[in-house]
Amino acid sequence: MRQYSNAYVIGFATAVCLVCSIVVSTSAVVLRDRQDRNKVLDRQTQVLVVAGLLEEGQKTGADEVERLFEDNIQMRVVDLETGEYDDSVDAAAYDQRKASKDPATSRAAPANNAGITRLPSRALVYQRVADDQVQSLILPVEGKGLWSTLYGYIALAPDTTTIEGITFYEHGETPGLGGEVDNPSWKSLWVGRQAYDENWQPAVEVIKGLAGPVAEDPYRVDGISGATLTARGVSDLVRFWLGENGFQPYLSGFRAERSAS
Amino acid sequence: MNAKRKGALLDPLFNDNPIAAQVLGICSALAVTTKLETSVVMSLAVIAVLSLSNLTVSLIRNLIPPSIRIIVQLTIIASLVIVTDQILQAFVYDISKQLSVFVGLIITNCIVMGRAEAYAMQNPPFESLLDGLGNGFGYSLILIVVGFLRELIGAGKFFGYQVLPLVSDGGWYQPNGLMVLAPGAFFLIGIFIWALRTWKPELQED
Repeated sequence: MRQYSNAYVIGFATAVCLVCSIVVSTSAVVLRDRQDRNKVLDRQTQVLVVAGLLEEGQKTGADEVERLFEDNIQMRVVDLETGEYDDSVDAAAYDQRKASKDPATSRAAPANNAGITRLPSRALVYQRVADDQVQSLILPVEGKGLWSTLYGYIALAPDTTTIEGITFYEHGETPGLGGEVDNPSWKSLWVGRQAYDENWQPAVEVIKGLAGPVAEDPYRVDGISGATLTARGVSDLVRFWLGENGFQPYLSGFRAERSAS
Repeated sequence: MNAKRKGALLDPLFNDNPIAAQVLGICSALAVTTKLETSVVMSLAVIAVLSLSNLTVSLIRNLIPPSIRIIVQLTIIASLVIVTDQILQAFVYDISKQLSVFVGLIITNCIVMGRAEAYAMQNPPFESLLDGLGNGFGYSLILIVVGFLRELIGAGKFFGYQVLPLVSDGGWYQPNGLMVLAPGAFFLIGIFIWALRTWKPELQED
């Protein structure tokens, strides 16, 4: 067998790495626009699904998604602390995830169980609007599961407590276990449950084992077997975002305005 | 096509199937076969990575210093996998989300490195490409058969279309939930291996 000098081995390794990194970075750069568009479309699709305008897993063209989103969904930026709408920011261009990393538009989150370290000062809320009336509120939620941060949406009826749907569009939980938060039949268990108790405290939680039917057991959702920690994370993150540091000021403002009109 | 080339392409289908005869790549075969659609996309990704990695490794096989050959193969395979993943995310975003980590895990799929080390390091580029394609097809064959059966038996669907009306929708078919879970794939692959070894007794180990 041929003998190779150390210089050759190092040179060869460098050359291989160089060529491979060029290939990888070229593909990442060339395809980024398409991937970004896919991500936006995916988020819009998730909002439409959780708002009940699209069916889960239904194949819909990109144009159709954009049209549905345009026609039915209104995006509003909300100041989390005061709970008021903030129209000084362009909602379509607002990137909540970026904002929560920027010290100018976020603050350190108070102690919480949801693994949230920074809290944006403004949040992006989606509203399903029909006949000039808000039909449902779609709130972004995020928080730690077992391995990863879960990002998703929860849809509430205009009474701000009846859950119309929940979905997670990005997470890195174990497929088949924690990843079952994606499972449509599990997500459907949330529909109709109550997010808040009579005193307007966040009440909904994922339990271990089975919860009763919606009418008898309005605050509890079935656990996912093999995914206790992910389920606990989901409970904590939903409660955090429904709580005083999350959307509670906005939601009570929304209720007050609604009962006034 | 001479006998060697034909063998490189066709042997892995049955005689030397990577899953059924070599029992490689089982992990991903269990994970992605709940639906035919994901099985097909995963198959295409593996075929692409496997044939290109075999081709690339074979092209530079006489230049690779033996002391670092494994890591060189891995670097090439990893780069191809990342490119494949990027392409999937750009063009079939939904499916790439469902495949989640398993596209990335093609890197650790023993078939890919096994073929690079066992075949591409000793054989010229064209034969290696054929060997890569052949093994990719062999892997795909099992994936697609298993994916077809699991989707049909587990959900009554074919490529996402309901072909057997479910009891829950007023039909007659009671889906077998076992097939949707990983053990269902174990049973199917086990039956496949059994059938193959009965048909070709020379594959049986003593």
